[in-house]
Amino acid sequence: MTNPETPARAVEWPVPRAAAPRLARRLNLGDLIFRALTAGLALLIIAVLASILVVLIYESSVSIRTFGWGFLRSSAWDPVFKEFGALPFIYGTLVSSFLALLQAVPLSIGTALFLSELSPRWLRAPVSFLVELLATIPSVIFGLWGIFFLIPWVRSYLNPTLAATLGFLPFFQGPNYGVGMLTASMILAIMVVPYVTSVTYEVFAAVPSVQREAALALGATKWEMVRLAVLPYGRTGIIGAVMLGLGRAIGETMAVTMVIGNRAEISASLFAPGATMASVIANEFNEATYELYVQALVEIGLVLLIVTVIINALARLLVWSVAGPDANTRRG
Amino acid sequence: MKTRTSWRATLGAILSLALAGTAHAQLQLNGAGATFPYPIYSKWFNEYIKVDPAVRFNYQSIGSGGGIKQISEQTVDFGATDGPMSDEQLHAAPAPLLHFPTVLGAAVLTYNLQGVQTGLKFTPEAIAGIFLGKITKWNDAALTAANPGVSLPPSDIVLVHRSDGSGTSYIFTDYLSKVSKDWNNKVGKGTAVSWPVGLGGKGNEGVTGLVKQTPNSIGYVELIYALSNELPFGDVKNEAGTFVKPSLESVTAAAAGAVQSMPDDFRVSITNAPGADAYPISSFTWLLVYEKQKDPAKGKKLVEFIKWMLHDGQQYTAALHYAPLPKEVVAKEDQALRKITTADGKPLAE
Repeated sequence: MTNPETPARAVEWPVPRAAAPRLARRLNLGDLIFRALTAGLALLIIAVLASILVVLIYESSVSIRTFGWGFLRSSAWDPVFKEFGALPFIYGTLVSSFLALLQAVPLSIGTALFLSELSPRWLRAPVSFLVELLATIPSVIFGLWGIFFLIPWVRSYLNPTLAATLGFLPFFQGPNYGVGMLTASMILAIMVVPYVTSVTYEVFAAVPSVQREAALALGATKWEMVRLAVLPYGRTGIIGAVMLGLGRAIGETMAVTMVIGNRAEISASLFAPGATMASVIANEFNEATYELYVQALVEIGLVLLIVTVIINALARLLVWSVAGPDANTRRG
Repeated sequence: MKTRTSWRATLGAILSLALAGTAHAQLQLNGAGATFPYPIYSKWFNEYIKVDPAVRFNYQSIGSGGGIKQISEQTVDFGATDGPMSDEQLHAAPAPLLHFPTVLGAAVLTYNLQGVQTGLKFTPEAIAGIFLGKITKWNDAALTAANPGVSLPPSDIVLVHRSDGSGTSYIFTDYLSKVSKDWNNKVGKGTAVSWPVGLGGKGNEGVTGLVKQTPNSIGYVELIYALSNELPFGDVKNEAGTFVKPSLESVTAAAAGAVQSMPDDFRVSITNAPGADAYPISSFTWLLVYEKQKDPAKGKKLVEFIKWMLHDGQQYTAALHYAPLPKEVVAKEDQALRKITTADGKPLAE
């Protein structure tokens, strides 16, 4: 269907094969260099990624041979008796990240919708600036804020309230320290919000106004307009934004290690302390005194990389199932 | 013409000044390792430049594990570690390494109990029981028996340990392994162990933060840290049966008590040391130096520095809250310095 905004072209596009040789002669040296340079840079990035993978595998080879697949199933982490297992850390990373997303995504989408649809024009710039400012705060600062403000608040108010109202669920049982999976997920959520909000806001702003106006012309209320015109248009963009946020949450180290309690245990309760893959590497790598210990930590890094790749692949599959294989994840 | 002459004169003056400067070329000695003694090492390096301006030190506090690794790979001139190298690690090094104790450190128990001041008494059995998770309440018999007159609440003990590998953990677990068979079999000693119970805080700061914030909690921190931050800490019963308050004096007394049975290579643990005044959770921190120095100039400077450190350097320790070495240990180390030689066996110490 022809788009009324662009006129019919005089030449067929893309250029049919017969015309191509004429075009090829027009490529000059500058173009060739440009092509080579940009291709080289793109390949460099792939090479860096490949090198990361190769180095991680090489530096954890002893540990891989020693523990095999049991490494992923074992809950032991004993540097004295030389038993290492990644399961508690995988659990900690996945649970804290997904809980963070659970809290951050509604908040972010709500903020983005407010900024793009509902807020007065003069409010947009300051609020979006402040949201983006949140993204630039170093994670250690979040950790400090967590220690001095969030942990006492969670211990004194949030956890007791949750235990009193939802205590029949296994998630809200057990001793209440203040530090734990719940606090860590809250800090991660705050760190993820600016990323998801700014990308989602951009996605919503890119929705053509004709779509909005069409919905409104059909008699939709504001919310119905958002639901009919804005959200479906921005679906793939939202998923892309969530992927970005998830990437930050999975890799976050300093802020998490300051509030999660650093205990390599799997527990159903959200009040319980836990540990993540990034936090154990940050904590123990410096003083890892023998080779197997260092290699076990590198293997955790490798597992973290693979988990990140798998999650990104799953998210990409989700985007394709929603919008088709050629979909760009940032624009609908 | 005039300007060119004056330009040449200036250039000449600058060059001669530069050459004069290079006549006092500085030798750089690189070291890496333990974070615990970093403040006192910094102070020493700064003071030593006044004693010998020809040598400059560069120290990276990357952790004991890093220190052992770097000296074994010979990327630094000396290493520093809070825990002595094991036989395995010594065998893995390309040449024999010597250990030289520099200062003393200690781990103290800090707690957060309403109404309880500093000086709560702990027996070794109580500490082991708490950290093994067997003693779960503050008003357990093991604690109330040692503290008549102190009202301990019937609340759960919240334990805080280190989440990162550290020399402080090494000292503490080494002590527990000595006083408790259970601990030795179940957990063992190391810079990082699998703690049966408790929350992990990162660094002395992390543990302090958690203990200060969490009511009814207990954790262990470096003595220096506790003194500088005015934390409440407990007295511990030593091998002689006395409850000793952790202080610079009681830590030095532990080293003096252990000197009788000290091996010549100084690779000794002085936790639970004999002596009426000894604080039982004390430890040395060591410098690691190759017995045969490849570079005679650097080797000589290093030996001179260690000699200075053993005598004049110890006067700077008190201000920074480090416990100085007792004179018996200093005497032994002076002897050991004679072992350091050049590559062909000529001793570097006077």
